[in-house]
Amino acid sequence: MTEYIVLSAILFTIGSIGVLTRRNAIVVFMCVELMLNACNLAFIAFARQHGNLDGQIAAFFVMVVAAAEVVVGLAIIMTIFRTRRSASVDDVSLLKF
Amino acid sequence: MNALTALTLKASETTIPVVAPTDADGPFTLLWLIIALPLLGAAVLLLGGRYTDKWGHLLGTATSAMSFVISLVLFVSLLGRDEGERQISQHLYDWIDAGGLHIGLDLLYDPLSALFLLLITGVGSLIHVYSIGYMAHDPRRRRFFAYLNLFVAAMLMLILSENYVGLFLGWEGVGLASYLLIGFWQHKPSAAAAAKKAFVINRVGDMGLGLAIFLMIVTFGTTSFSGISALSGGATETTLNWVGVLLLVGACGKSAQVPLQAWLLDAMEGPTPVSALIHAATMVTAGVYLITRSNFVFELAPAAQTAVIIVATVTLLWGAIIGCAKDDIKKGLAGSTMSQIGYMMLGAGLGVAGYAFAIFHLLTHGFFKANMFLGAGSVMHAMDDDVDMRHYGALNKMLPVTFLTFAMGYLAIIGVPPFAGFWSKDKIIETALVESPIVGICALLGAGITGFYMTRMMLMTFFTDKRWGSTDSGGDVHPHESPKVMTIPLIVLAALSVLGGLMLAGNWIVDWLSPVVGHAEHHEPPLPVIVITLITVAVVAAGVALAWFLVGKQEVPRVAPADVSIATKAARADLYGDAINEGLVVTPGRATVRSLTAGDRSIVDGLFTGGTTVLAGTGELLRRLQNGYVRSYALGILGGALLLVLTLVVVN
Repeated sequence: MTEYIVLSAILFTIGSIGVLTRRNAIVVFMCVELMLNACNLAFIAFARQHGNLDGQIAAFFVMVVAAAEVVVGLAIIMTIFRTRRSASVDDVSLLKF
Repeated sequence: MNALTALTLKASETTIPVVAPTDADGPFTLLWLIIALPLLGAAVLLLGGRYTDKWGHLLGTATSAMSFVISLVLFVSLLGRDEGERQISQHLYDWIDAGGLHIGLDLLYDPLSALFLLLITGVGSLIHVYSIGYMAHDPRRRRFFAYLNLFVAAMLMLILSENYVGLFLGWEGVGLASYLLIGFWQHKPSAAAAAKKAFVINRVGDMGLGLAIFLMIVTFGTTSFSGISALSGGATETTLNWVGVLLLVGACGKSAQVPLQAWLLDAMEGPTPVSALIHAATMVTAGVYLITRSNFVFELAPAAQTAVIIVATVTLLWGAIIGCAKDDIKKGLAGSTMSQIGYMMLGAGLGVAGYAFAIFHLLTHGFFKANMFLGAGSVMHAMDDDVDMRHYGALNKMLPVTFLTFAMGYLAIIGVPPFAGFWSKDKIIETALVESPIVGICALLGAGITGFYMTRMMLMTFFTDKRWGSTDSGGDVHPHESPKVMTIPLIVLAALSVLGGLMLAGNWIVDWLSPVVGHAEHHEPPLPVIVITLITVAVVAAGVALAWFLVGKQEVPRVAPADVSIATKAARADLYGDAINEGLVVTPGRATVRSLTAGDRSIVDGLFTGGTTVLAGTGELLRRLQNGYVRSYALGILGGALLLVLTLVVVN
């Protein structure tokens, strides 16, 4: 049981470090997906431990939301890439002081 | 309603006449026209501008003269009425109608205002005529006449109003006209400063009058003379004392009484006809009118009456002492005016016994002081506008008409029998002696000083050696008699100065005014009347003799000697009136304002600018956080989430 949770935590940490450090929007996106899936793993593991379906249902929800998020997110990244010829998140820093 | 009847009864017990006028009918319906005519004149002359330059002075004089004619007609009509029916009111329109407060623009014509009407329009018209000659070479003569008309209209409003608010309207109007006319030669900085000074000091007095009116509205719910005279018996003495003292503050400002006296001497910067009309004969006596008119307040306010007597006694000596040391002929006369108004205030402060004599002295003073001011103007006219009496001398041969008319005024003011001033001043001294020996002796002393300074003025101007002419030091002047348009008003006023005493014949003026001010019970003075009169004349003669020995028998230096006694120095400096104002009011006021301004800048402003600086600085630091990088925001979110989780762990 602990192994699943540890794996989930490691995946989540990798994902969050990726989000914070990588500049490529696509990679950042992938890291976000990694974090979501780390959560899913934790949900499933807990569902298994408690012996009910609540965690699995939550995991399904996360997947649905993640799919929707991918659609919207990729569309935004596409648009930004078209206008700026770059997929670096640091280039999109106009909204500041 | 019962309460009201009770109050009226109480008031009637103290035998103060209640103002209960009847509606105007017959010739009295013309009352409003007396004010409207000069007002119209002023409007036409001011709005007409240059187009009225040619005939403006004639229109100005005509409106004033027409007002005089109407006043005369009304006076004769009033004489024809019974004593009980001599109060007539005319309602023009509702002026203020708010809640329980109703103030109409009402006029009141009674024996008191009748006498004032004749004085103001009569002397006013003569001074208008005189001004035609005096201002003949002034490019702004038309404007001068417009202001004079404005003054006459405002002064008539003041004395004809049936309530204190209308009186206040006129009161402010004459203040405005006085300001405009003192500063008429505004290109002279001294005239502009004098006008401002008069305006500011008068505002102090007006504040007193304004507060008195507010207090009357609060206490009585009305400001009309009829209302207050009926209700004043029901108010507490404290309230009435306050009303009285506040009215006195107003009167002090307008009538140049100590402690608000400092403006009158500077006001002599205005053209001489202005000094004669406004600052001698009419406006400055408005304070005496105010106190006499408010007899229903002062009779029930003994403390306020005492205050009036004290102010009057101090002023009559104060003005007389200043008059002794002035070399400027107009300032000498101004000191004398202050002193004579002190006598009138004294009369008014003495209550029922004195009101009639105060008004009597006011009228005779209006004649002889206007006469002397115009005479002084005539002398200045002859001497190329030089006002220094040390440059005059031996002018009696050169200016015979001016000399003779001035002499009539002189004999009247020092109180030589049977000239007008003798009768009026003697009566006030006599009444003062009955009331309080100290005040009476001060008044007697004042009469002696009057004899001194007027004789000094007379000798320095018309007698002694001539100190002018084409000599090395005397300048180059050729004195000449003034034109007829100036000498005729002088002659008329001189005649009035001689004959003014006739108003006392058969006690006429006392009986005439008794419906307004009440009957006085006769008190026997401590000495027989004839002895008092003889003492007064003797004191005056002593003053005259002193002046003869100090001025007439000695050579008058052309330049004022500098090594003089402390008393002379003090009198030359107006008894340090300006220094007192400077020390007690101006300097502390300025210091207060300066510290308040500094406090406002450093503390109040500092609080706000300091606060904004701190906020702006914080904002400057905080905005650095908004760097636009998604990952830093993400770090923030992560940090926050971690903090949340850690908190949960710790708490659990």
